[in-house]
Amino acid sequence: MRFIGVKTAMLAAGLMLAGASQAAAQAPAAPPPATAATPAATTAAPATAATPDAKAAPAANDPMLAVDGAPAMKIDPKIGQPTETIGLQPQVTKNGERAANFHNGPLMWMVIIISVFVLILLLVVILRFNRRANPVASKTTHNTLIEVVWTLVPVIILVVLAIPSIGLLQAQFTPPPKNAITLKATGNQWYWTYSYPDNGGFEITANILKEKDEVAAGERPRTDEDGPRLLAVDNRVVLPVGVPIRLITTSADVIHSWAIPAFWIKLDAVPGRLNETSFTIERPGIYFGQCSELCGPKHGYMPIAVEAVPLDVYNKWVVAKGGKPAGAAEPAAAPAADNAAAPAAANASAPADANAAAPADNMTAPDNAAAGNSTGQ
Amino acid sequence: MSDIALTPNAFEAHHGDHEHHHDADHKPGFFARWFMSTNHKDIGTLYLIFAITAGIIGGTISGLMRAELMHPGIQYLGYWANTLNHIRGGGDVNIDQARHLWNVLVTAHGLIMVFFMVMPAMIGGFGNWFVPLMIGAPDMAFPRMNNISFWLLIPSFTLLLASPFFGGADGGAGTGWTVYAPLSTQEAGPSVDMAILSLHLAGASSILGAINFITTIFNMRAPGMTLHKMPLFVWSVLVTAFLLLLALPVLAAAITMLLTDRNFGTTFFQADGGGDPILYQHLFWFFGHPEVYIMILPGFGMVSQIIATFSKKPVFGYLGMAYAMVAIGVVGFIVWAHHMFTTGLSVNTKMYFTAATMVIAVPTGIKIFSWIATMWGGSLTFKTPMVWALGFIFMFTVGGVTGVVLANGGVDDYMQDTYYVVAHFHYVLSLGAVFSLFAGFYYWFPKMSGRMYSEFLGHVHFWVFFIGVNVMFFPMHALGWQGMPRRIPDYTPQYEPFNHLATVGYMIMAAGMVVFFVNLIYSMFFGKKAPDNPWGEGATTLEWTLSSPPPFHQFETLPVIDGGDSHHH
Repeated sequence: MRFIGVKTAMLAAGLMLAGASQAAAQAPAAPPPATAATPAATTAAPATAATPDAKAAPAANDPMLAVDGAPAMKIDPKIGQPTETIGLQPQVTKNGERAANFHNGPLMWMVIIISVFVLILLLVVILRFNRRANPVASKTTHNTLIEVVWTLVPVIILVVLAIPSIGLLQAQFTPPPKNAITLKATGNQWYWTYSYPDNGGFEITANILKEKDEVAAGERPRTDEDGPRLLAVDNRVVLPVGVPIRLITTSADVIHSWAIPAFWIKLDAVPGRLNETSFTIERPGIYFGQCSELCGPKHGYMPIAVEAVPLDVYNKWVVAKGGKPAGAAEPAAAPAADNAAAPAAANASAPADANAAAPADNMTAPDNAAAGNSTGQ
Repeated sequence: MSDIALTPNAFEAHHGDHEHHHDADHKPGFFARWFMSTNHKDIGTLYLIFAITAGIIGGTISGLMRAELMHPGIQYLGYWANTLNHIRGGGDVNIDQARHLWNVLVTAHGLIMVFFMVMPAMIGGFGNWFVPLMIGAPDMAFPRMNNISFWLLIPSFTLLLASPFFGGADGGAGTGWTVYAPLSTQEAGPSVDMAILSLHLAGASSILGAINFITTIFNMRAPGMTLHKMPLFVWSVLVTAFLLLLALPVLAAAITMLLTDRNFGTTFFQADGGGDPILYQHLFWFFGHPEVYIMILPGFGMVSQIIATFSKKPVFGYLGMAYAMVAIGVVGFIVWAHHMFTTGLSVNTKMYFTAATMVIAVPTGIKIFSWIATMWGGSLTFKTPMVWALGFIFMFTVGGVTGVVLANGGVDDYMQDTYYVVAHFHYVLSLGAVFSLFAGFYYWFPKMSGRMYSEFLGHVHFWVFFIGVNVMFFPMHALGWQGMPRRIPDYTPQYEPFNHLATVGYMIMAAGMVVFFVNLIYSMFFGKKAPDNPWGEGATTLEWTLSSPPPFHQFETLPVIDGGDSHHH
């Protein structure tokens, strides 16, 4: 059983996606830049559809999306979505890597060694102690030493496994630092709504993108640029890379579960409760997940898609959405600011506003975060 | 503490010549015998027929699901949903109503296999048949209660099977076998209520059965059969009965609250009324986790008998084996929240449930190694029951070690609600519990029917089924690693190869089941007459001292169990 080379793949994807997102930020309406590592045949549909509206104002405000809402970022089919390989999805968070290493290492060895050990014992018993090989059965029914051994050895194995397991839980539950950006995901039958309370509280709604033969008139069908069938959404969650994210989930109706395998994150969205966890995405890219708690007929049709971009691109996107950039003290100032200048303007603005909930030291957060300050994540 | 039995001659029973009690052996007429039965063997037979019927239905539903999942996209669901709705008297359904049917199938498969196949077969079927025989009792303690335990299952199963036919185009309980609120309180129509009442009746049936087994085992053992001389199958049923008695009332409470939330305006599980959906999950899994041991412990017992019989050796470490089951039963009550690792538990809670869950691996390991030690030094014959038992040991080990993986709360965040979990619990149930059921069925078929089954067909059944279920369930681990969620009728194309393979596995498994039914029907009518003890000196428990099939009433003169001195070496 071979697990795919996580690090190499992620490095390649990271470089590629970083380039792609920068290009996208400069020319949002342009067709996605061609990259060698993208095997999926592009249908060119979003690009052509975009042309007539290319000069429309909202498009220029949204660095992540082409005019018709089609994404401008290229998808790496090896990261952030399922593949046909055997093994876990590549992890792009530190805790994810840690958990994957724990799974692929000690746990996998435990599974293989114990299974093979029992299989070998069974084969030995079958070959050595069958009626022909051993016509007269022994009458042994006790051996205190061996009974103690097969009680204590499993105990030792379990303790050895439990120590990293408890450590992993501790790491997963380490609270995010103050400069974390909050994403609130609300499950609905059958779509997700997201709000960004730290960025002015704007909301986006993410619905599944249906196939060409399923859409109603005027509805945008899924293209390969959007993502794989059943995983692509119309509005992706955009999150900054390298900045701790505080995820809060809840539900408006029944229990859903917000899950992105590449982050090692799965958190139920329960009506009447706010669940919280945190993670830091280490690589730019597009990451897909699906609702992971049975929630009715369209349980399999409310995917989750996260687009992880550099912080400056994220801030531009936030401004385009009418929010305020990360770390900005004045919620009111951000929407008014020119989109290109928004991050700088927000950083420069004085924290005099009485509404500013964020402490003053948050003003430097974007820089720290962009530099990879991800304590405890 | 070494005062234990199960050496070949320990049960030198002095049970008299009960085989000649012709005057005591007149059976009632057909209707009185099968519909008003108070005879543990007849009731056991009814349970087995019931379980096989339910198994055919539940297995067919899994066939429908595997057919739909063979390729991405919706292939057949629309057609099935239309057909169902035409039966209801409606017209064609829309796509979401078809998708709802998927959830109905998932729910029905789970509930049927748990409550109407595995439990009735293991406890109702083999438990009823062989607990009284193995302890030297004439019958169960409460024969009429035994009867109603069985007959409660009929309206129970009828309610569940009928539920999809009510509620119009959106009918059918699509809640999953877990019936989580508030999805289950939100679904309109009578279907979910029918499913809840079905569970109530099945639960009442099991509670009555549990009381009966506990009373029988504690009070009706033959003279000389102390608890520490009891065959391990009886031990397993005793522990199971306690689990049933303690766990099922909690389920009953939970689903009663569900029922009042649905119908009488209470808000136990409704956040908008001050209730909490997570409370339901705690209650459900406080029952649900012991329930998985309810489904496997009798299997442990059967495998212990079979391994000892065909090794011509007493069970190794008998007391350790018995108390390992007790330990599994006790610890099984304090690990439930490992089913809820992603619900937002606190870090301390997750740490505790991680550690507690891992503890279960210790007594389970003791059992696995003791079975192997029983065979070590033995003189093994590979009759059909033995190959099923050997298959059980290996497959249950595989399902057990993936259980240890899932026990880690931090790892489970990835695996929860993926196909990895589906693979895990089918390895312990579909390959664990079901293998032990087949092992027990072949082991006791000669005793129950008086005829031998075909060894050849039994071995063919084993190998085809073994290959089939492994081809079906092993690839599901890989699907889970890639994050494929459970309970979805359609999937993204990357999941196709392993899903395709799994469906091929189902077809192989189904071919194996055809062999089983051919063998069953052939053997019932044309099988060789079975001797009292077809398995030779290794079969030491009391049922083999009786005729095959046993007389209608046995042990009217109680057998006396020799003092357990024979095994002091």
